[in-house]
Amino acid sequence: MHKVLIVGEHDGKTLNPATAKCVTCAAGIADCEVTVVLFGADTAAVAAQAATIAGVKAVLRVDRPENEHPLAAIFAPQLAALAADYTHVFGPSTSFGKDLMPRVAALLGAPQVSDLMSVDAAYRFKRPTYAGNAVVTVEADASRKLVATVRVASFEAAKGGGNAAVESKSLNVTIPSHTRYLGAKTGSTDRPDLQTAKRVVSGGRALGSAENFKLLFSLADKMGAAVGASRAAVDAGYAPNEMQVGQTGKIISPDIYIAIGISGAIQHLTGIKDARTIVAINKDGEAPIFEVADVGLVGDLFQIVPELERLIGG
Amino acid sequence: MQKIMVCIKRVVDYNVRIRVKPDGSGVMLDGVKMSVNPFDEIALEEALRIKERGTNIEVVAVSIGVADTQQQLRTALAMGADRAILVQTDVAVEPLTAAQTFLALANKEQPDIIFLGKQAIDDDANQTGQMLAALWERPQATYASKVAIAGTKATVTREIDAGLETIEVDLPAVVTVDLRLNEPRYVKLPDIMKAKKKPLDVTSLDALGVSAGVLLKTVKTEPPAQRQKGVMVKDVAELVDALKKKGLI
Repeated sequence: MHKVLIVGEHDGKTLNPATAKCVTCAAGIADCEVTVVLFGADTAAVAAQAATIAGVKAVLRVDRPENEHPLAAIFAPQLAALAADYTHVFGPSTSFGKDLMPRVAALLGAPQVSDLMSVDAAYRFKRPTYAGNAVVTVEADASRKLVATVRVASFEAAKGGGNAAVESKSLNVTIPSHTRYLGAKTGSTDRPDLQTAKRVVSGGRALGSAENFKLLFSLADKMGAAVGASRAAVDAGYAPNEMQVGQTGKIISPDIYIAIGISGAIQHLTGIKDARTIVAINKDGEAPIFEVADVGLVGDLFQIVPELERLIGG
Repeated sequence: MQKIMVCIKRVVDYNVRIRVKPDGSGVMLDGVKMSVNPFDEIALEEALRIKERGTNIEVVAVSIGVADTQQQLRTALAMGADRAILVQTDVAVEPLTAAQTFLALANKEQPDIIFLGKQAIDDDANQTGQMLAALWERPQATYASKVAIAGTKATVTREIDAGLETIEVDLPAVVTVDLRLNEPRYVKLPDIMKAKKKPLDVTSLDALGVSAGVLLKTVKTEPPAQRQKGVMVKDVAELVDALKKKGLI
């Protein structure tokens, strides 16, 4: 019997859909029992959400004031203490999970599989390396705990309808005081979340300015899409960092990804290759983005985008 | 602030097109250009800027790898590091072993801050900095896009999925850096000459009391699934038709 502990990601109100994707990943391990643990100041609401994920056996709540913000240095010793009863400890491969899980692995003396993309067996997994240019199969020793971050773009979210037991845990763990949360500046937007959106409109350096980038917002709003950006566009200041898609940004898997003025560097392509349909609009017909696009259109984006917006609306 | 340690990894250059060996035993590395991991260059640049703003701050560049890793450490010295340490090994070390090795060096060197890139562009693991912080029992500030040091504290702005987050950590601490923290300087020829005279010590895992474990065995390497080449449309109307046919709009 394998016992998988998944650390749920949330903002105190809403459970991040990445959690349900981790559950699907864990369910790929034969003969396993899945538990979700939530750290927070008050996790009642998100625990209720986690309890409905099909396939989750139990939800653990670890509520204490120090857990209000997701600081790895504070969560890690608690998660490591809980891990004693489990064979596997999973977290999402989001900025939250990537920060936290290696710290837990080190405390456990365990190896970590980063960006787990498929489960071959309980201790055998696939993961991407070299910006997705080489997929490696790795095998871990079953006598040790196994820590992993789950590449959420590789898994569908587990369905609802579950009814897991919720249990509050109090842990006798010393919390360090050397790390303090000061604040966050998040792009408040009514648009869908880039990481989980079904539709994404994304722009590159060819947009030329932050002002021009607004063309994409307008198209995205017409389509109900999230907005992404290439590294070049973010580096140039046309779009904020949270919009970056690619090897070092977000890895996404929307139904449709419209790449506008993005040449398609390999580091960008690794972030979108799980998109079901890729549309490329670029004035350079030789751009590498066309190698992976399902539908390509060569032309001037400043003419194409407004026309596309009009025709989609019509 | 007296000493900054910067961990550097020798990796296949950013511009090399990676090819998987036909027998699935790894990727082709023969004759391939090797460089300092780009994120580690940013880490070093940040350390150098702190050094240049302060007085009497020593920057020590450290690495783990084959003998030729001296080339990357010489680059670090040419950029401005004061000295370098290579933990020489022919074994490919895993992140946990790397963290244990850097911990041994940290215990020796007693740095106030350790900078690393947030990930290496070869294994894309994104683990070593966090693991080092855990073993060192010190704070971690990952994915830094801004670092401000005042006395015994650092205020770090971090790039997170939702935007930017700011945390304060007590020093000593581990900071892993993201792309937009700074733009690393170019190395000038006189600096390359000067770097040849700077100290570069070579040690070993054994000497540091670290044994390289194999916790994750790579059993196969294969190229990723390729996407099928799609169709080109001639105008926006055709594009919209194509998307409607696929039921996407």
